[in-house]
Amino acid sequence: MSSIVYSNKFLIWSKKNLFSSWINTLLTVLSIYFIYEVSVFFLDWAVFKADFLTNFRGERIIDRTFCSKNIEPGSYGACWAIIHVRFYQFMYGFYPAAEVWRVNLVFFLLPFALVAIFFDKVPFRKYLLYFTLAFPFIAFYLLYGGPSLTTVGTNKWGGLLVTLFLGVTGIALAFPLSIALALGRRSNMPIISLLCVIFIEFIRGVPLITLLFTANVMLPLFLPDGVSPDNLLRALVAVTLFQSAYMAEAIRGGLQAIPRGQIEAARSMGLTYWQSTRKIVLPQALRISIPPIVNTSIGLFKDTSLVLIIGLFDLLGIGRAALADMTWTKLYYEVYVFVAIVFFIFCFAMSRYSLYLEKKLKTDNSS
Amino acid sequence: MQNNFLRKLIFDEKIRSIVIQTLVIGFFALLVYSISQTTAYNLEKRGIGTGFEFLGMSAGYDISFSLIDFTSKDTHLRAYYVGVLNTLLVSICGIFLATILGFLVGIIRLSSNWLFRNIAYVYVEFTRNVPVLLQIILWYSILIHLPKIKKAIQFFEYFYLSNRGLYSPAPIFKEGFSVVTWSFILAIIFSFFLRKFLKNKQNQTGKQFPIFSIMSAIIIFTPVVFFYIMGMPLEFEHPILKGFNFKGGMVIRPEFAGMLLGLSIYTAAFISETVRSGIIAVSKGQREASQALGLKSSLVMRLIVIPQALRVIIPPLTSQYLNLTKNSSLGIAIGYSDLVHGFGGISLNQTGKAIEIMLIVMVTYLIMSLTISVLMNFYNRMVQFKGNA
Amino acid sequence: MRQLKSLLMALTLVLFTSTSFAATLDDVKARGMLKCGSNTGLAGFGLPNDAGVWEGIDVDVCRAVAAAVFGDATKVEFVPTTSKVRFTVLQSGEIDMLSRNTTWTLQRDVELGLEFVGVNYYDGQGFMVPASLGVSSASELDGASVCIQVGTTTEMNLADYFSANGMSYEAVPVETNSEADAAYTAGRCDVYTTDASGLYASRAGYPDPSAHVVLPEIVSKEPLGPSVRHGDGAWADIVRWSLNAMIIAEEKGITSSNVDEMKNSKDPEVLRLLGVAQVGDTGAGYGQWLGLSDDWAYQIIKQVGNYSESFEKHIGPNTPINIQRGLNALYKDGGILYAPPFR
Repeated sequence: MSSIVYSNKFLIWSKKNLFSSWINTLLTVLSIYFIYEVSVFFLDWAVFKADFLTNFRGERIIDRTFCSKNIEPGSYGACWAIIHVRFYQFMYGFYPAAEVWRVNLVFFLLPFALVAIFFDKVPFRKYLLYFTLAFPFIAFYLLYGGPSLTTVGTNKWGGLLVTLFLGVTGIALAFPLSIALALGRRSNMPIISLLCVIFIEFIRGVPLITLLFTANVMLPLFLPDGVSPDNLLRALVAVTLFQSAYMAEAIRGGLQAIPRGQIEAARSMGLTYWQSTRKIVLPQALRISIPPIVNTSIGLFKDTSLVLIIGLFDLLGIGRAALADMTWTKLYYEVYVFVAIVFFIFCFAMSRYSLYLEKKLKTDNSS
Repeated sequence: MQNNFLRKLIFDEKIRSIVIQTLVIGFFALLVYSISQTTAYNLEKRGIGTGFEFLGMSAGYDISFSLIDFTSKDTHLRAYYVGVLNTLLVSICGIFLATILGFLVGIIRLSSNWLFRNIAYVYVEFTRNVPVLLQIILWYSILIHLPKIKKAIQFFEYFYLSNRGLYSPAPIFKEGFSVVTWSFILAIIFSFFLRKFLKNKQNQTGKQFPIFSIMSAIIIFTPVVFFYIMGMPLEFEHPILKGFNFKGGMVIRPEFAGMLLGLSIYTAAFISETVRSGIIAVSKGQREASQALGLKSSLVMRLIVIPQALRVIIPPLTSQYLNLTKNSSLGIAIGYSDLVHGFGGISLNQTGKAIEIMLIVMVTYLIMSLTISVLMNFYNRMVQFKGNA
Repeated sequence: MRQLKSLLMALTLVLFTSTSFAATLDDVKARGMLKCGSNTGLAGFGLPNDAGVWEGIDVDVCRAVAAAVFGDATKVEFVPTTSKVRFTVLQSGEIDMLSRNTTWTLQRDVELGLEFVGVNYYDGQGFMVPASLGVSSASELDGASVCIQVGTTTEMNLADYFSANGMSYEAVPVETNSEADAAYTAGRCDVYTTDASGLYASRAGYPDPSAHVVLPEIVSKEPLGPSVRHGDGAWADIVRWSLNAMIIAEEKGITSSNVDEMKNSKDPEVLRLLGVAQVGDTGAGYGQWLGLSDDWAYQIIKQVGNYSESFEKHIGPNTPINIQRGLNALYKDGGILYAPPFR
């Protein structure tokens, strides 16, 4: 009985959405054909005809020459062994294997540090927020080392570790800076507002790669004798400044949405500028601007891949390094598809989250 | 007395703001001074000279992908021009392609066909959630693994596709072709005047003219007629495989094609989203009202929806154009000779003038960004004005 | 002003590692580690092996300096540098010396603020083509597509060579060695040009090395050698004489295995080199002039070996790189390798 209702529903739905006119029907047929062709092609390549660790003869793949497609010219399946062989590098770069538990611990703790920021209905949220505040120090201590942990220089970091480090740290550091910039830009003091405008527009007007080059090549020239931050820190400086300018614009949008009357009311009640900003303006403005902030953060997360141009090994950089090895050099589809999927998982999750927030904001406001 | 002054300092907003700003200026001046002092000191200590004289020195290297003639004897300044032109070339072509693709996908996203619009949705989500650098590198990898030059794929008789690019016949303009060009330009100008005239007439009399068809007919047929009158002053030079490479013809290099594909496919995903939300923003009532008036759906789109949607679309579109232009600096990853790769890379290496060259490169990008913003603002104002009139 | 500066220093020092320019030797000693700029990876010259240990004739020079300074050749930290950043990294004081196949030129020596201290490999720019092209001379390359690794003198030499011979070419500029390999093996270009040593090294890594030939023409002089920052003569001397010690050791037949016996040699130069002889009647050996211990050269030879040992181990005919001594033989053996006398 219920299945008939369902199938009826499906028929009505498909009549409306797939076959409403002859043009629509044609489009449906073409779409089905297209989807069929693409998915068959891709699944064949990625799964059914692919080699994972061994080839069709059952031999273990140690380099490209043992992939099925190299033995049998006709076959075209992927050769995923390269990902397996280099998986450690993709995740941790050149981090010493004996110390790698520290990275794993940080990867494991990261969700706990983030969950309290992302969702407001979490059990023990208050304690988790303390953890979030302490997390950067814990993570840095674990990753870099210090008392009772051996130091692992940042030149040994790589892969997903570097990508996440630059992305998460860059966004976290940019956040306070961007609030200051956004408030400064809207300040009544002409000079402060001018300085903020110049900074924001300058950063937004030039490509990230020029900032990375500048940080990489010129930062040591700008700093006093004896101070030379390492490569990863330089990239982090560039990434943070870059992100803060974009985030500041997102926050400014939120600030503009606060009715002037609220601020004036707060001031007339005797609140100072800082009090009214902290208690009235910012909480509302930040709430509105979180979706655009998340969107710029997605942008930044993707842009961390640019650090490969200044010689750092992020996820994509490790992929290129794997292809530079002549034993694997022809497996570029496998490497790039893998890296793309990893980036996609993170960015897509973030964009879903931003959509969820937008919806939540809308319902909160209408209620 | 002093107490009074202190009180003023804290509570009088005007004075307080002056004090704060003076402090900020002082701090910045100190910072700038300190940084420039350290830099000067560091430069001197390391024996690095400064100055812009190097721009006049000969570059010493060749750039094969160039819109203007360039040999190793030309100056670094000319290498700079080559870089700027190549950056502009790939940006403008990219903007053009991305806009077309973006509008197309944006409209498909609103199709009433569930399957069709979700194919577009999958495309949008996949491309915009993967770094553009990765996409550029992937496209380039695909392109340089096309068949080698000796095994180039031939199609339409004179076109060859290989991992050194797409070779096609090159037009050779003979004497008299300029007449055809001029007739084409004049036809465009004339047809615009005609359009104005017919529009006026339509407004006065209410009679409708097939303006679009008339315009296209004039613009297409005038140069064709002149082309035959002048005795077909156009020949094609075909690419021929000779020695190592094809000689003659035109070629689209894989470095350029990789940049173009990567940039435009990536940006188009973002543009399609702004187009989609722009069209949604035009209220449904308007669409229904115009349909009730008996307008065809294509006309509803062209006359009612798009002009209003444009007002919403243009600001975010501008920032996408800016992003594309800035992303064109990634040419360095695949060897496309843009501003950052040629002048900002090779010239910087040859001369070692890091500060000067990065300064020039950044200022150039700032100028480009500013120009795009100004142009788009101008266009935006035009659209807004039209909409309100 | 000064306060601000020291404040900045104090702030940043918490986060950043510290280096200084004053006297490089003191810094190196204080750090307990020599920081040496190496290649990002060039087989036979500077490349980490499977165990992550750097190997090659360029990194051996770094080891020699560490042996001279600390008496321990392992006290080196290698900082991989691309050809783009190598000079700035040295200028900014991040590394103490640069030893990564870098050509000694007037501009680099004078204007870029470097100081080249010698030559550890006489190279020249060459061309590699697939054997299947049937090309036997660079003069047949008119119209070819050429892959160049940028950021070197290579693109200039290439431009000069082709224009001098009235030939045209398509330049395909790439950033790194491995990108050049990828583009060349994919057939994006017909020719790969860089220093001949680099061509041999690349070819050794190809799936089928015999399918590629290095053409006989050498179109440039590329004396490759270690360099230091300009302005610290004492440090330059240490690096210079560390390299010279390796060359003199080969000339005198001192190897890592016979160096202890050679301490009893009758050759006064050998005795001076190995720290047995004293300067006049000062009671101290020749190390004092460099600010090193007297056995500095002994340690180099003992731990790193002489020039010939390093060459044969990393790039000689018995290695996959397979390069003949050629120009890099001692002057006595028909090459141009020649170290000043040790006295």
